[in-house]
Amino acid sequence: MITITEQKPLDEIMQCLGKCKRVYIIGCGTCATMLHTGGKSEVLEMKNKLEADGKKVTGWMMIPTACDKLTGDALKINARKVKAANAILVMSCAFGVQTVSLYADKSIYPALNTLCMAKEKTPGCLTEICMQCGNCVLGQTAGICPMTQCSKGLLNGPCGGTKEDKCEQEPEHDCAWILIYDRLKKLGELDKLKEMAMSVDYAKMKRPRTFKVGEGLK
Amino acid sequence: MSLQSLLEAGKFVVTAEVGPLKGTDTTEIVEVAELLRGRVDAANVTDQQSSVMRMGSLAVCHLLKESGLEPILQMTCRDRNRLALQSDLLSAYALGIENVLALTGDLPSLGDHPQAKPVFDLDSVQLLWVIKRLNEGYDMVDNELKGKPNFFPGAVVNPGMGSEAAFELQLIKMEKKIATGARFFQTQAVYEPGAFAKFMKRVKGFGIPILVGIIPLKSAGMARYMNKNVAGVFVPEELINKMAEAEDKAATGIEIAANLIKELRDICQGVHIMAIGWEKIVPGVLDVAGL
Repeated sequence: MITITEQKPLDEIMQCLGKCKRVYIIGCGTCATMLHTGGKSEVLEMKNKLEADGKKVTGWMMIPTACDKLTGDALKINARKVKAANAILVMSCAFGVQTVSLYADKSIYPALNTLCMAKEKTPGCLTEICMQCGNCVLGQTAGICPMTQCSKGLLNGPCGGTKEDKCEQEPEHDCAWILIYDRLKKLGELDKLKEMAMSVDYAKMKRPRTFKVGEGLK
Repeated sequence: MSLQSLLEAGKFVVTAEVGPLKGTDTTEIVEVAELLRGRVDAANVTDQQSSVMRMGSLAVCHLLKESGLEPILQMTCRDRNRLALQSDLLSAYALGIENVLALTGDLPSLGDHPQAKPVFDLDSVQLLWVIKRLNEGYDMVDNELKGKPNFFPGAVVNPGMGSEAAFELQLIKMEKKIATGARFFQTQAVYEPGAFAKFMKRVKGFGIPILVGIIPLKSAGMARYMNKNVAGVFVPEELINKMAEAEDKAATGIEIAANLIKELRDICQGVHIMAIGWEKIVPGVLDVAGL
């Protein structure tokens, strides 16, 4: 599983940093490195861009996995350079940004937008596979999630917008329900398509979702 | 006679589509209502068709009713969650609107506010089930209603799906819609009588009235655009050429639409004309079709 991120436009980052003259940059060695959104070369590139725009970069580091507890230790080790900055620019997903903010008593700004969690289907091509809806129907849909794979999240079959077995929103995207149909047919389970799917319980998605081990969702 | 009575009596019905405009000027709506009154049995009012922001279906249905035209409220799941959908249904009934066409709705990303949050809290099948529950006197979580509606729910089907999977999935969904209360169907635009006849043969056993969708062609370009962009619509090359060669495009568009109606009227229970802003030609199409 990979957390998909994209870099925010430089204008937006500069606007967020505003009057902060001195900036410390953190990159992440896991997903953001794989996606070339917050790896070492992107961090160095960002450093150059900030400096070209008149900022002073007090330092930078790559944390192997920014969402890990070790982020706290990494910040301690680099405390002098971090302290010298007015703000920390984090080039990781929101998990990493929030972890950094737990351990650093400093203004934190994300350089990336976090889009989804995805799986690499073919080399270099990642697809969102689960939106954590809390109403898993994969048993009825041959292991293909209609909540994420169908652009409308439809549970009772496709809309009328299937064109040449693709989604009308994105002609390169297979219609989820065609994939489900084909796989169920192969499994001899087409009857599953006739089951009426009731509405999703969105109370399972009320935020923030907090989970206690042994007690479940709170 | 109401749409429901006509369909239940087995009569051939004619419906047409009215699209609200962007803005508060209702002059055109009233003009279209005048034009269609007495010529069609009921008129659908689209619900921000193609995800383009316009006046709402509910208000325009009310205006049509005031003008003496029976409305069919098109209701999509695109913009409203289950509270708003149920509430709007109760509001519609309070205004005397009885026909509802339940649709999933287009994606906001394809409209003029692509940044909008898509809702799709329910889908068309679930919406039909909600309408059924309201008719029974309960909301969707079994709370009793004070005063219950008596909606006549309809649904849509796209008979022109190309692949086996897409076609079969349409039929499976159609059966689900019938099971959850759909009492009539209106179809996506049809241009191939042969393909539509095959579809009708497959759904004959469902025993439900089907109104075939007709979109009058304005030009060869429009036909080509639909072939390229609109799912399940296929205008044969022969009709495209006819439009391209026509000197009087409007007359040819009317003639093609009327011929389709003549060819299809014996194998279905009605016709639904979607003129997409060209409603003034609807009486002409009906004249030539002999309706």
